[in-house]
Amino acid sequence: MDALLHISTLHYLVLGAALFLLGVIGVLTRRNVVVVLMSIELILNAVNLNLVAFSRYWQGMPGHFGGPGALHGQVFAIFVITDAAAEAAVGLGILIAFFRNKETVNVDEVNLLKW
Amino acid sequence: MFLDHIYLIPLFPALGAVIMFFFGRRLRKTTVSAVCVGSVVLAFLMACGAVWQYTNSDLARDHQPYEKIVYTWLGTDIAHSNYVTHDGAQATFRADAGFLLDPLSSIWLLFVTGVGMLIHIYSTGYMAHEGGYYRFFGYLNLFMFSMLTLILANNYVLMFVGWEGVGLCSYLLIGFYFHRKSASDAAAKAFIVNRIGDAGFILGMFFIAWLCGSLRFIDVTHVARMNAAAWLGNPYVTAATLLLFVGACGKSAQLPLYVWLPDAMEGPTPVSALIHAATMVTAGVYMVARSNALFVLAPTSMKTVAIVGAVTAIFAASIGLVQNDIKRVLAYSTVSQLGYMFLALGVGAFSAAVFHVFTHAFFKALLFLGAGSVIHAMSGEQDMRNMGDLHKRIPVTHWTMGIATLAIAGIFPFAGFFSKDAILWETWSREGGAYRILWYVGYATALMTAFYMFRLMYLTFHGHPRMSHEIEHHIHESPKSMTMPLVLLAICAVAAGWMGWPHSLGGSDRFTAFLEPVFAPEARALQQAGETEQLYAGAKEEEKNTGTEWLLMGLSLAAAGTGWIMAWRSYRHADKNYVEPIAAAAPPVYDVLLHKYYVDEGYDYVFTGRRKIGDVRLGVLGLGAASAWFDTHIIDGTVNAAGWITRLTSTISAWWDKWIIDGIGVNGPAVLARMISYPARLLEWGLVQWYALVMTAGLVGFVFYYVYH
Repeated sequence: MDALLHISTLHYLVLGAALFLLGVIGVLTRRNVVVVLMSIELILNAVNLNLVAFSRYWQGMPGHFGGPGALHGQVFAIFVITDAAAEAAVGLGILIAFFRNKETVNVDEVNLLKW
Repeated sequence: MFLDHIYLIPLFPALGAVIMFFFGRRLRKTTVSAVCVGSVVLAFLMACGAVWQYTNSDLARDHQPYEKIVYTWLGTDIAHSNYVTHDGAQATFRADAGFLLDPLSSIWLLFVTGVGMLIHIYSTGYMAHEGGYYRFFGYLNLFMFSMLTLILANNYVLMFVGWEGVGLCSYLLIGFYFHRKSASDAAAKAFIVNRIGDAGFILGMFFIAWLCGSLRFIDVTHVARMNAAAWLGNPYVTAATLLLFVGACGKSAQLPLYVWLPDAMEGPTPVSALIHAATMVTAGVYMVARSNALFVLAPTSMKTVAIVGAVTAIFAASIGLVQNDIKRVLAYSTVSQLGYMFLALGVGAFSAAVFHVFTHAFFKALLFLGAGSVIHAMSGEQDMRNMGDLHKRIPVTHWTMGIATLAIAGIFPFAGFFSKDAILWETWSREGGAYRILWYVGYATALMTAFYMFRLMYLTFHGHPRMSHEIEHHIHESPKSMTMPLVLLAICAVAAGWMGWPHSLGGSDRFTAFLEPVFAPEARALQQAGETEQLYAGAKEEEKNTGTEWLLMGLSLAAAGTGWIMAWRSYRHADKNYVEPIAAAAPPVYDVLLHKYYVDEGYDYVFTGRRKIGDVRLGVLGLGAASAWFDTHIIDGTVNAAGWITRLTSTISAWWDKWIIDGIGVNGPAVLARMISYPARLLEWGLVQWYALVMTAGLVGFVFYYVYH
C-alpha cells in the first residue's frame, strides 16, 4: 500500500518508460509523419520526466550531488523542451515542403533516401 | 592686282564644287546654275585680268614668266627630303602651291576658262531635264579647278595633282549615268588606261628630279638650257622625256593608249565637249610643250612623239570614216587631231602644236555641243543612219556646226586652216628626208578629216529624213542657253585662226611671236650646241620657199575640197538605203574600220584577258585566273594539308583519350567501385521506419546483451 500511496522516483521512471515505449511504437508503426513527430515528442517528454524525477530525487539526498540546489535535471529538461520545439518547427517545415511536392504525409512513401 | 591673287582663278570653281558637294542636293536648279556658272565666269574674268596684266608687265617685256609661290606643301622637312642628283649634288625634293603664268599657260588659261564658261552655260540648257543636276555641275566645277591647277602649276608635282584631278573628274563624268553598265565600264576603262600613262608621268618626274635637282618648271628649263650641249642625246634625258610622253599618251589619247577616249562618249555631251575634246585631252600636249627644253635635247623622243602622233592621226581618222554614232565620229576626230598636235610637237614646231590646240578647242567644242544639240532635238538618238534633213528644223545648230566643219576640214579662212597648215608646213620644212613621210601621212589625214566631217554633216542635216515619226514630231531647236554658246564658239571657230595668220600670206603670225619666249630659247640653246642643222634647216628654207608654202597650202585646200566633194557625192541624197562608198568598194576594209581595227578585241585577248586565245587566258584576267588557281591549289592545298594532318593527329589523340584514358584510367575504377558497392546498396531501401526499427532492435539487442551477459 505504501508503495501505492507514496509516489516515489520509481513511479516516475515506470511512467517515463511507458511513455518512451509508446513513443517508440508510434515512431515505428504510424505512417502519418505528423503522428510520428508527435510520437517523437512523447519520447522526448519521457526523457524529460526521467530528468525531472532524478532531479527531485537528488534534492532529497545529501552529499556532493544532493541538496536543495540539485536542479541540473530540471535545467536539462528545459533545454530538451526548447530543442523539441525547434525540432518540431524544422520537422513541420520539411513536412509542408514535402507535402507541396508529393501531396502526401505518409512516411513510407518518402523513400528518396536510397541509392 | 589680278596677278597677286592668281590663286583665286582655280579657287572660284573649287568653291563652287565644295558648295555643290555639301549643299547641292538642297539647292534649286536655278541656284545651282547661278553658283556654278558664276564661279567659272569669275574665273574667266580673273584669267582675262591676269593675262592682260601679265602681258603689260615688265616681266613679259623681258620674256620672263610670272611665278607666285603661295607656300611649299611638300618637302618642308629638309632632313627627310634631301637626295643626291645624278652629278652628286645635294638637292631638296619639294613642291609648292605655286602658280606660273607665261605665254604658254596664258593661252591655255584663256581658252580653258572661256570654253569652259560657254559649256557651263550650255549645260544649264542641256541638263535641264536630267536628274543629278547639282552633281553634274559640282563635277564640272571640280574639273575646272583641277584643270586650272594643272595649267597654272609651277612644278611637276602640283601639275600632277591637277592631272590626277582631271582624270578623276573625267571618270566621274563619263560614269555620270552610272546606272548604265556601259557608262560605268567606260568610266573604269578611262581611269585604268590613264593610270598606265600616269605611271609613266611619275617615273618621268623622278628622272627629272634626279637629273635637274628640282621639279619647278623654271629650274628644270634653266638647268636643261645650261646643260644643252652636254645633255643632247643623253640617254637619261631620253628616258625621262619618253616616260613623260607615256603620260601624255594616256591623257591625250595617243596610240596605244587611245582606247578610252571613244568609249568616254558615254558621258553627257557637254562633258565630251569640255573634257574629252577641248581641254583635258590637251593636257598631254601642254605637258610636252611645258617640258620642251628637255624634249629638244632628246632627238629619239622627238622622233617617237612625231611618229606616234602621225600614226595616231591617220589611224583614228580612218576609223572615223565609217562610224555611225555621231559622237564616236567626233571622238575619233579628236584622237586624230591630237595626233596632229603631237606630230607638230615631235618635229619641234611647239607653237604650231599649241596653235592647233587653241583653234581645235573652239571648233571641236562647237562640234560636240552641236552634236549635243542634235541629240537633244532627236530625243536622244545618236545614230546618224536614223537622222537626215535636220537643217531646216534646227538651223542655228546646222549653221554653227557647218562653220565648225569648215574649220576642222581646213577650209580658208576658218581657224583650222591656219593651225593645220602650220603643222603640215612645219612637218614638211623642219626636217628633210624620211620625215617627209610624216607630211604625207598628215596630208592623207587632212583628206580623211574633210571626208568624215562632211559625211557627218550630210548624214545628219541633209538627205532624206530617216527617223521615226514620233521622233520627227518632237524635233525642235535648242533653247537660247544652248544656241548662244554655239554662236559664240562659231565666231571663235572662224576668227581664232587669224591670230596666227602666217607671214607667207601677208600676216604677222602673232601667235608664234607671243609664244616665242617659251620656245625660241630652246632653238638658241641647240644652236649653241652646234645642232643648228637639226632645227634650223627648215627655218632657213622657209624664208626662201614661200612659193613651196603656197603650194602646200593649195594642196591641203585641194585635199579638204576633195574630201568635201566625195562626201557630197556619197551622202547628199542619203535615204534609208544609202551605200557606204568604202563598203561598196572594199568590204573587208570597211569591216576592219567599222570594228576599229579590232584593237579593243586585241586588247581583250592580250591585256584584259576577257577573251581567250584557244584555252589560254592572258592579260589581267589571265593573271587573276592564274593567281586564283595558285591560291586554290597551292596555298589552299597547303592549308588543307596542314588541316588534314591536324585532324589525323587529333583523331588518334581523341581515340587514345576516349578508350585508353577515359576507358581504362577513369571509367575503370568507377566500374570497379560500382561492382563492389552492389551488395552494400542492397541494404539501403529508403524506408525511414525500417531504419528506425533496425536501430531500435539493435539498441534492444545491445541492452539485452549487456544486461544478461
